[in-house]
Amino acid sequence: MKRRTFLLTLAGAGLGLSPIRSQTAAPSPNRLLILIALKGGNDGLNTLIPYADPRYRILRPDLAIPVDQVVKLSEQEGLHPQLAPLREVWQAGELALVRGVGYPEPNLSHFRSMDIWETASASDETLTTGWLARCFAAHSPPANLIAAGVAVGNDAAGPLQGSANALTLTDIALFQQQARWLGLAPSTVPPNPALRHIVDVENRIRQAASQLKRGHRFETTFPEGPFGRALRTACEVIASRKRASVAVVHLSLPDFDTHVRQAPRQGRLLRQLAEGLVSLRAALRELGVWNEALVMTYSEFGRRPQQNANRGTDHGTASIQFVLGGSVRGGFHGAALDLTNLDGNGNPHFVLDFRSLYATVLEKWWGVESRSVLGAQFETVKLI
Amino acid sequence: MIQRLLFFCLFGYNATVGAAGMGLADAWHLLARTGFGPTWPEIREFAALSRTEGIDRLLTASRVQAVTPPPAWVAVYPPPVALRDLSPQEQQRRQQVKREQGRELRVWWLTEMRNAPTPLTEHMTLFWHNHFTSALPKVSSPVLMYRQNVLLRHHALRRFDVLLHEIAKDPAMLIYLDGAVNRKRQPNENFAREVMELFTLGEGHYREADVKDAARAFTGWSLDRETGEFCFRPAWHDGGTKTILGQTGRFDGDAVLDILLAQPETAAHVVRKLWREFISLQPDEAEVKRIAEEFRKQRYEIRAALRCLLNSPAFWASAHRGVLVKSPLDFVIGLQRQLDLKTLEQNQVVQRAAQLGQNVFAPPNVKGWPGGEAWLDSRALLLRRQIVQQWSMARRPRKPLAQNLDFAIKPWIRQFESADWREAAQRLLLPLPPLRQPAAILSPIEIVQALLLDPVYQLK
Repeated sequence: MKRRTFLLTLAGAGLGLSPIRSQTAAPSPNRLLILIALKGGNDGLNTLIPYADPRYRILRPDLAIPVDQVVKLSEQEGLHPQLAPLREVWQAGELALVRGVGYPEPNLSHFRSMDIWETASASDETLTTGWLARCFAAHSPPANLIAAGVAVGNDAAGPLQGSANALTLTDIALFQQQARWLGLAPSTVPPNPALRHIVDVENRIRQAASQLKRGHRFETTFPEGPFGRALRTACEVIASRKRASVAVVHLSLPDFDTHVRQAPRQGRLLRQLAEGLVSLRAALRELGVWNEALVMTYSEFGRRPQQNANRGTDHGTASIQFVLGGSVRGGFHGAALDLTNLDGNGNPHFVLDFRSLYATVLEKWWGVESRSVLGAQFETVKLI
Repeated sequence: MIQRLLFFCLFGYNATVGAAGMGLADAWHLLARTGFGPTWPEIREFAALSRTEGIDRLLTASRVQAVTPPPAWVAVYPPPVALRDLSPQEQQRRQQVKREQGRELRVWWLTEMRNAPTPLTEHMTLFWHNHFTSALPKVSSPVLMYRQNVLLRHHALRRFDVLLHEIAKDPAMLIYLDGAVNRKRQPNENFAREVMELFTLGEGHYREADVKDAARAFTGWSLDRETGEFCFRPAWHDGGTKTILGQTGRFDGDAVLDILLAQPETAAHVVRKLWREFISLQPDEAEVKRIAEEFRKQRYEIRAALRCLLNSPAFWASAHRGVLVKSPLDFVIGLQRQLDLKTLEQNQVVQRAAQLGQNVFAPPNVKGWPGGEAWLDSRALLLRRQIVQQWSMARRPRKPLAQNLDFAIKPWIRQFESADWREAAQRLLLPLPPLRQPAAILSPIEIVQALLLDPVYQLK
């Protein structure tokens, strides 16, 4: 689909798009973005379930969630039963469900598609820096920011990839203990890129370690397991914000590649996600920063509507993403996927370009222009 | 004084190639890129050879079997048991056994990496593990992962085309990429896609329609659950006509692989990956093309590609020395080898490598470990420093030994037999001069630690 047609489609669908606002300013350090990558391609159709659509059950004789188990949000759609903990966020009007998010000419490779999402490139374009790295390169972060972004866990920095000002850590106390042993910074910057990278990382560590505050005591209990631990560390980083500002925290929940026996695995992962998001909300409310936080999920693609012979699903395209926060305009955004109109691979067409979500973050959340970061002007979504 | 002069002839960073051999700097470069952290005796041995002789020795001496005996349980494949037939206690017990076996498997391979008389074999086995990835968490059978490792080692330096055909029928791979359950009625595309994107052509050189038809061609390749061996299930196979990359026929899986192997892109894709492994992160496309052509001309003989690559001017170019970041395994195996740590618990080495982001038999996804600068973010860099401090702390006065370590500085220094052991130690440990030159007044152990903690130590 050409971009022009795509924009017309959006306008025609009445998706509540607002006029473009363009300002040039630095990202506000008071407005935090928390990104959660659902790695492997989460099946959107069994996340927000079009339970009233008869085609859903036809396409998924084994995988369809029984109507009585769906957490119904409207006459048409409802959440996977394991997402039930999110009902309270929805009822508080703080959960936006953004439907049909994808991009033209979708690529079904995990890696290529994740690159497309994290660099915000077009399908046929290769960019080497993450979209947030470009944001911070274009709009230099305020001086009180110790790191543009902190990636928590063992994962690559994703959309922060290529940012000279991003950190990766798993545990603040350990981070500080180790930073003390670094010694003095070298006086010259070496020309060898690999060596320069190491020196940059060392310098960033020295600076951040002196400013992060460890061991914040939360009333909130975090879920067991790696995702819960990463969330706790993320909240500790955020708790340090009075002294040490960060603009972005990035986490990931892997394992969504469900080619075989999808149901138990996706259920387990969605449960982790829902419990994690609920504890994240509680902790951020405890810190008094929930209104300044925007939590957004992303995943490289959804999965094919038609189940395969192994009670799993193969790589698909457009999918649902979650946006939460105290300032978020809860409710449905985008539009439900049309299961009668599938492409040659049996996948639905997207209705909302993922870069519109990024444009919304850049323009509406941070108040900076987005064109230089995203390479084109994308409409924003009325999420905030 | 003469001794001192002689020393500089031998050790200067820009030492030219003498008639007698490639010299220490070249030997370090060749061994560090093809093995895991060269030791002083190895460097000395190779320094006396010419570059071509050194490369030939590496390529011809490589073994196809591990010298480390594997755990006894690898000999028997236990057929999977339906979990519903087991009590919760039995289920727990089985999980425990599997976890323990996974641990033993990793200890076995890392021990082999440390001890192998021909490190290139292990280096290439690891390379193929990272190319034809499979992961224990999904395969769930330590025996099948062991068998795949043996297969990769057997073909590590032989024929790529043969390896591709074998790996496509390898039981661990059939489980990992869902080939084992790929059947006519609704094909599972997982293997068909990855074989094109990652194993052969590379992204952008095939279409979705090719993936769909290739998935049909691979239907029926499965495994016998009782023996854990490959088996063909004719009833599951789609014998119909398929079109792959413009060719049409009643292709089976082998025919599809042959079509993929006939594409020049396949050789170029593999050579590009070898280039990033051995030379630099930015392959020279003209050279890739030349080596790929040779690779195909030599019937995908892996040795031929490596000979070409290692003899290329780019491999030896000074601009490419010390520009690759050591992988976690380069780092933990190299540190053990270079400090001659004999009693270090291999369990601990496995655990450290995993914490640094490289848990063998469990790559993060089918694309394998991304490598390069991605190995060293703030978390990993700090952890590497911590490991250096722990492992080089052994036998220091006033430090009670928490672990069974045996780094002993005095015998370590004696190995150099040289007037200036400091220069020799620097030559052994670093590819380039350090960023923080240790002060000469420091104690020997402090000098060694300073070299190991220098950012340059992270490079090869």
